[in-house]
Amino acid sequence: MHEEELIRRIRDGEHELFYQLIRPYEQRIYFIAFSILRNQHDAEDVSQEAVLKAFKNIRHFRGEARFSTWLIQITLNEARMWRRKAHANLIEPLDKPADDDGEYRPREFADWREIPSETLEREEVRKALAEALASLGDKYREVFVLRDVQHLSIEETAKTLGITVASVKTRLLRARLMLRDLLSPGWGGSWSSKLSFAKGNKPW
Amino acid sequence: MVVKCEHVWREISNYLEGDVDASLKTAMEEHFKGCKDCTAVLEGTRNIIAVYGDERFLEVPLGFGQRLHQKLEQNMPRQRGGVFGWVLAFAAILLIVGGVELGSSRAFYNPELRSAHADPAKSSIPEDMPVVIAQDGKVFHRSKNCPFILDKDKAHLHTITAEEAVREGYAPCVRCMHEFMAAAPPPPWLDPHPTDGEEHAEIETAP
Repeated sequence: MHEEELIRRIRDGEHELFYQLIRPYEQRIYFIAFSILRNQHDAEDVSQEAVLKAFKNIRHFRGEARFSTWLIQITLNEARMWRRKAHANLIEPLDKPADDDGEYRPREFADWREIPSETLEREEVRKALAEALASLGDKYREVFVLRDVQHLSIEETAKTLGITVASVKTRLLRARLMLRDLLSPGWGGSWSSKLSFAKGNKPW
Repeated sequence: MVVKCEHVWREISNYLEGDVDASLKTAMEEHFKGCKDCTAVLEGTRNIIAVYGDERFLEVPLGFGQRLHQKLEQNMPRQRGGVFGWVLAFAAILLIVGGVELGSSRAFYNPELRSAHADPAKSSIPEDMPVVIAQDGKVFHRSKNCPFILDKDKAHLHTITAEEAVREGYAPCVRCMHEFMAAAPPPPWLDPHPTDGEEHAEIETAP
């Protein structure tokens, strides 16, 4: 059944079809929440809240955006609200990432070549990727997750985050280069020593 | 057009998005041919996009989907729509309308009793037995000769069946109907077995 048909029938009262509608997006919803909150339990709670909110507001979904984008927007907002509440009493860290306007110079020039696909089967690699992503500043991580993990377009990412297309491009560049540096062999980070990442000793 | 490494780094993300004009694209590709560092940056960035875009990277905790569905189920309103719901609603409307119709029907007309003695459950009066009533009276009698018919009612007597009289709210005369009254023994001053036969003989409609 097509997504539009599912949505129409849910609106008409066949609520149980909502399971079917969101099943393909469960992973993505969780990952959005996790990438913002960096905590498994919080991410799960926020995912559930986001799905409930989507269900309650399905009548307001007008189909102007893709359903997945709408769902991601709701999840992102829920995660941000959760983070704001959780950090309401915390002081902003002093070592905030540089502004968008600042130049980012790559630090590692190791030759990665192509990463074998089966590398992702290794749990320690997935963990290293998650840790590297979690270490990014919020604004870079959000843009990167929406564009490169969730595969939203540049324009959809800008709209979802409420920022300009130019800001998305700038943040995306920095996020990609930072992650590349973080995951390059020999680059510092607590994960590198655990995985014995050293120059010339690539994990993939 | 010739580009330096710094320019390439600034545009490398746009290059991978296919979001650079043709002349810059050509210039960058020329640069990559001769710059090992920029090629490493390009390949590394391309790999980052590839590994993070792989669905295997999106791991969810065990049982996540099940817990999500349970949460939804707990918060989902009970099914109200659907064919079954409409059938139920229609049946309920039918019952209500039918109930109102039956309630207003003459067959089920049950006026307030004019006297507690009118309760047919307390008597064994045959339903089809002709009885005499007065238009403005409260009781019905076995015949117009009942000595307990009030003088003012004697000019307005009618004969109907006991069932009709009960339904209209008339009470049986505890005197002339005493033999049918289970709960009320005849008063000592009333002869339970009249012998002249005249008193209860024929029932006539009053003039």
